[in-house]
Amino acid sequence: MKKAVHISLMLLVVCLFGGSHVFAKEIIRIGLITPLTGDVKTYGESAKNAFNMAIEEYAKKGKYKIQPIITDDRNDPTEGANAALKLITQDRVVAIIGPVTSKVAIPVSEIANANRIPMISGTATNPKVTTSDGKRKPYVFRACYIDPFQGTIGARFALKQVKRKTAAVLYDVGNDYSKGLAEYFRSTFTKGGGTVVAYECYQKDDVDFSGIITKVGTKRPDVIYIPDYYNKVALIAKQVREKGLKGVLVGGDGWDSPELLKIGGNAVVGGYFTNHYSPDRKDPVAEDFIKKYKAKYKVVPDTFAALKYDATMIFLKALDEAKKPNSQEIVKLLGTLKNYKGVTGNMSFDRNGDAVKSVVILRVDKGGFKYVTTVNP
Amino acid sequence: METISYLLQQCVNGLQLGAVYALIALGYTMVYGVLRLINFAHGDIFMLGAFIAYYLISKFDIPIYLVFAITMVCTAAAGYIIEKVAYKPLRNAPRISLLITAVGVSLFLEYFLSLKFLFTANYIGFPRPFEVQVYDLSLFTVTNIQLIIFAVTAVSLVLLFLLIYKTKYGKAMRAVSYDQEVAALMGINIDATISLTFIVGAALAGVGGILYSIAYPQINVFMGIMPGIKSFIAAVLGGIGIIHGAVLGGLVIGMSEVFVSGFLSSTFRDGVIFIILFLVLLLKPSGIFGKRIEKV
Repeated sequence: MKKAVHISLMLLVVCLFGGSHVFAKEIIRIGLITPLTGDVKTYGESAKNAFNMAIEEYAKKGKYKIQPIITDDRNDPTEGANAALKLITQDRVVAIIGPVTSKVAIPVSEIANANRIPMISGTATNPKVTTSDGKRKPYVFRACYIDPFQGTIGARFALKQVKRKTAAVLYDVGNDYSKGLAEYFRSTFTKGGGTVVAYECYQKDDVDFSGIITKVGTKRPDVIYIPDYYNKVALIAKQVREKGLKGVLVGGDGWDSPELLKIGGNAVVGGYFTNHYSPDRKDPVAEDFIKKYKAKYKVVPDTFAALKYDATMIFLKALDEAKKPNSQEIVKLLGTLKNYKGVTGNMSFDRNGDAVKSVVILRVDKGGFKYVTTVNP
Repeated sequence: METISYLLQQCVNGLQLGAVYALIALGYTMVYGVLRLINFAHGDIFMLGAFIAYYLISKFDIPIYLVFAITMVCTAAAGYIIEKVAYKPLRNAPRISLLITAVGVSLFLEYFLSLKFLFTANYIGFPRPFEVQVYDLSLFTVTNIQLIIFAVTAVSLVLLFLLIYKTKYGKAMRAVSYDQEVAALMGINIDATISLTFIVGAALAGVGGILYSIAYPQINVFMGIMPGIKSFIAAVLGGIGIIHGAVLGGLVIGMSEVFVSGFLSSTFRDGVIFIILFLVLLLKPSGIFGKRIEKV
């Protein structure tokens, strides 16, 4: 009897381990770096949701078994760099998806590139993410357009559609994203015949903007351009209205968060911002994604979800098509991406690894964001 | 005319910021007065006040004066507990141990409260208990929020001055700050007096926290760091340990912040504040109102 038990146990062990070896797919580890807490946590939550959704969908038909490792960067460049080093040296990931914001993505891209690990960001729009001093970082890609384009479109929109002649720009002097957008907005607005009457900066931890807003108020600008993340934008917008400034508020993709309306309230209503996609977009791929996302997470996916989904899917596609699931092969394939039909539109990577795609302009209404127009590159 | 109204408007802005700094600076200066301790956790008491008010306003529908009262009681209790748990056992230890403990308490409050099941590390919108109204006084505008800040600060200051200069407890505080050992010989209960100082300072920080979050309606667990540092500078500027010095220091810091951002640029703001501090300390090492030279 005892013997029989032994044998059957042994058989069981053989079945379990030996068997699984035959059926199991090869395990591939990929890392996600995203801000799950801190000042831009809604970006990170959307990104994580979309990332998980993409991985789950891949699991149904993909060649490999994906083991995702999710880390929190708190929208802090140092945290992001630490997370990247841990993912690369300790967890030995094949690729990194993320980070969401440019200021974290820039140091992480340096680390990924130096370690020859592919990195794809969904939403980091600063030019320095994929290049440094004009030199391409060959391992870094992104699923979005870059700030020169976004700032330019914002300025053109303010001049032509909103028909305004004077603008004030308020930006965060310590944030690459905010600074980049502000610069490109200013140069395009001036070239287009408008005047930038005030160009004022503030610092990351500031909450009192009364000094600069009162100063800007004396110039009576028609447009106030605030290229920052939703938390700051909401605070600034409130103080702008409390100081009696009437100008139209314009901003960038950092505005896209349900928190913008929650904190900003009436102060932000009537503002416009450039974005990557609108949930109102009529397109089978986008509609399918929005439907599934809504069913799973009970909210309409924002830009951060859509772009992170695209970024993850682009990577998974390259992984499946690669001859071997290693970093070199994947990077080779990523470089040749052409006309990929993503949730946020058709995209191809240009020679810098930046996606070439159109800008969407949204308006802030009481109930949410409304689609205004699309501008093609 | 335009310039005058611009100047006046910036003055109002500066007063708003300065009033809050003054409230926090009082706590630093009072504690320094009795214990010769820079209580780094004070900025976090300020944050605690903002969060307690946030929960009171968003979870319970209670009138604003009750929000102030309950918050003050809670932060006062927190100040009392911190003193009893962290500082009292070190009463006879070297001063550096006390200072390091203060830094530790500050970090503990920030990171413990930022845990997921407590306040979280997120930025939270602070629900204003009333709508903003802007009054146009032709030369400048003032909001009801600013009026409330001025009024609450003024009332708190008057009460504090009454407490310190007109009551027996205030006299005890002044005596302890003058010379702890001699005060003890005169029959003053040192421990009780120190506790009272912490309680009063923390209650004021709680008020500061509410006013600050009503003015700038966004809170997070690290919100106390910058105002804390600025208020500490304010206290040093006015002469640390001196009550009216802290008030003046707060107003000077608030005004110069706003004026530097308004006339120069935000990037120069902190630099200018430190230059002011540097110059004052160079000319008058014990601060604007500082008279006596520290005992050795």
